[in-house]
Amino acid sequence: MSVLTRNIPRICVQASQTVAARSIHSSTNTNRAAALAERPDTRVTATLIPGDGVGPELVYSVQEVFKAAGVPVDWESYFFSEVNPTLSAPLDDVAHSISKNRVALKGILATPDYSHTGELQTLNMKLRNALDLYANVVHVKSLPGIKCRHSNIDCVIIREQTEGEYSALEHESVRGVVECLKIVTAKKSQRIAKFAFDYAIKNNRKKVTAVHKANIMKLGDGLFLRSCEEMAKLYPNIEFEKMIVDNCTMQMVSNPQQFDVMVTPNLYGNIVDNIASGLVGGAGVVSGSSYSAECVVFEPGARHTFSEAVGKNVANPTAMLLCSSKLLRHVNLNSYSEMIRNAVEKVLKDGKIKTKDIGGQNSTQEFTYAVISNLDLPKA
Amino acid sequence: MSSFFKGKALRDVLNTFLKIFGNNPETNSSQSIKIVASKPLGTRLYSGEAKKCTLIPGDGIGPEISAAVQKIFAAANVPIEWESVDVTPVRGPDGKFGIPQAAIDSVNRNKIGLKGPLMTPVGKGHRSLNLALRKEFNLYANVRPCRSLEGYKTLYDDVDVVTIRENTEGEYSGIEHEIVDGVVQSIKLITEEASMRVAEFAFQYAIENKRKKVTAVHKANIMRMSDGLFLRCCREMAKKYPDVKFEEKYLDTVCLNMVQDPSLYDVLVMPNLYGDILSDMCAGLVGGLGLTPSGNIGLNGALFESVHGTAPDIAGQDKANPTALLLSAVMMLRHMQLNSYADVIERSCFETIKEAKYLTGDLGGKAKCSEFTNEICDKISRTS
Repeated sequence: MSVLTRNIPRICVQASQTVAARSIHSSTNTNRAAALAERPDTRVTATLIPGDGVGPELVYSVQEVFKAAGVPVDWESYFFSEVNPTLSAPLDDVAHSISKNRVALKGILATPDYSHTGELQTLNMKLRNALDLYANVVHVKSLPGIKCRHSNIDCVIIREQTEGEYSALEHESVRGVVECLKIVTAKKSQRIAKFAFDYAIKNNRKKVTAVHKANIMKLGDGLFLRSCEEMAKLYPNIEFEKMIVDNCTMQMVSNPQQFDVMVTPNLYGNIVDNIASGLVGGAGVVSGSSYSAECVVFEPGARHTFSEAVGKNVANPTAMLLCSSKLLRHVNLNSYSEMIRNAVEKVLKDGKIKTKDIGGQNSTQEFTYAVISNLDLPKA
Repeated sequence: MSSFFKGKALRDVLNTFLKIFGNNPETNSSQSIKIVASKPLGTRLYSGEAKKCTLIPGDGIGPEISAAVQKIFAAANVPIEWESVDVTPVRGPDGKFGIPQAAIDSVNRNKIGLKGPLMTPVGKGHRSLNLALRKEFNLYANVRPCRSLEGYKTLYDDVDVVTIRENTEGEYSGIEHEIVDGVVQSIKLITEEASMRVAEFAFQYAIENKRKKVTAVHKANIMRMSDGLFLRCCREMAKKYPDVKFEEKYLDTVCLNMVQDPSLYDVLVMPNLYGDILSDMCAGLVGGLGLTPSGNIGLNGALFESVHGTAPDIAGQDKANPTALLLSAVMMLRHMQLNSYADVIERSCFETIKEAKYLTGDLGGKAKCSEFTNEICDKISRTS
């Protein structure tokens, strides 16, 4: 409780900030829509990071769809890559662009298991730390037309992604003995817990499940769990539940419908994200987003570069298109957002055009064109 | 595992034993010598007499399912003598609660044990018994085969994977501290020794059980040094076993693929936490912990156990499903090179489940634990 009392002022400040930010958002909602209609030249600028692997192909698909739909978004494109450092844009430029535009669409960056310079931090971590993208939100939902073993899955996984196992603090004490530090702080645990409960309220969710391993890591995960429990007391309308990570994965594959919002530390989030994505059709169909207090980066939910398919024109652009739809909603271009989402869902539901990963034979390009021809463009 | 008994000293001891028992007309010496000769490493079969085996019945439903296993073993005439011990924590001379010395002595003497579910103490202060047993017997590898059972339908019917988990270090090293108020540091410890040991065990297991492929599951792209070390050890060990296919996969890739197509994987070897999570997930694919056996292989012995909970709500009501403990006992028999008994019991168990006449409540049936057990016993007596 002492941790909470000490942080109450800070939480209040944070709360008032987020409330303020949100109220500004909602008030501009109608205004801007009206403004758009009056002044069609009002455009939004967003940062675009194609990423590695099939990223550029998927991003191209998004750009084609945006062009066809006449979406008023300008891209600030950066090639950003860890496996190709000579061509990569500097981190500062990219971070600056995102913090200026406040919104970005990002493919997946490959993270090799070694670094020539012996560096422990990956480029992904650096970017997240530079922008303080602390909350990763992956909404896993069964899509119409994709055949899977499970159906009616609808859960949201909220993952802390700036500390935990991904702290890049490692050292070899003596030869053959390596220590890797997992850092858990009260501040960041409370922040992610608050984010999860706020998300649940804002999106009319009923339950938040905290995923942990506090029975073994009594201090580290214990702190995370305590932070969630304390935060839960402030949200009496949201049901709170805790679950040990191994049990959680088992429940996930046998009865995934029981989950609603889940809040997890870094590594467990990664695991649960991927299991859940696998349940609804794989890495190609699940979108995600990373939030900081200031900006949002939209990226596919399960992070795989799918590098074996580069240039083969077989990757499924669904995840990236859904990301772009979410991006449009975030910048209050709701009609465009829905237009793209509906088109993607229609293509999936019709089931005539399917990429390989969901049991079809069609190419990325054919899928993209199918989406474009299903766009419900406003009559001129 | 076996190569850890490769040491010259140990072999000498073994030979001495062989000499002694080989001259003893009362023992079935020719058979035991043959077995030892064909399997010179790691076998402890230097006598043909009934082997002693420690049994820890456990809490909750533990005693019932242990009795079921004992009954089935008796029906199959398995040459094993059970030595039942109690592991309820007692206050040791240092004032801390721990396993009674008698139990430790028993396992140390017999080198092999079967354990039912144990209640993990909720309060703080003393370590969980599972952890204590693990430390006491140096159980460095946890093996969990998961196979889809015919007759019990789940969403996945093509699962046949074995997870091998490093069990002594990693994230569960138990080293944690609060640096300043609100900042906790947990240490994940990876050593070359332990990684090599578990990697070697994985390949050895693959060969002994005629498996084709070993997959190292890691997250070396994020934890470059620690998981990197683990991965390097696996790679090095893979070179010594050219007949077994080796591949390395990221943890998230395995999670993603496993729920889409479990047939992609065969034997998985990984550090502690990943193993904990993946083994439970694989159990989920085939119908839960009530159906999956588990074995812990150690330097000072091997302990086979059922990993499900104690189910206090149905304890004593003859409703529990003994399958997990029974299959663990079957694993134990294989570990003791009593393969023929293992095969008979396993087949009878699978057939009983397949026929679905006597299924316990957790499998959607109405049978009692004793009815299920009796059916297996009947099948065994019919086959033999």
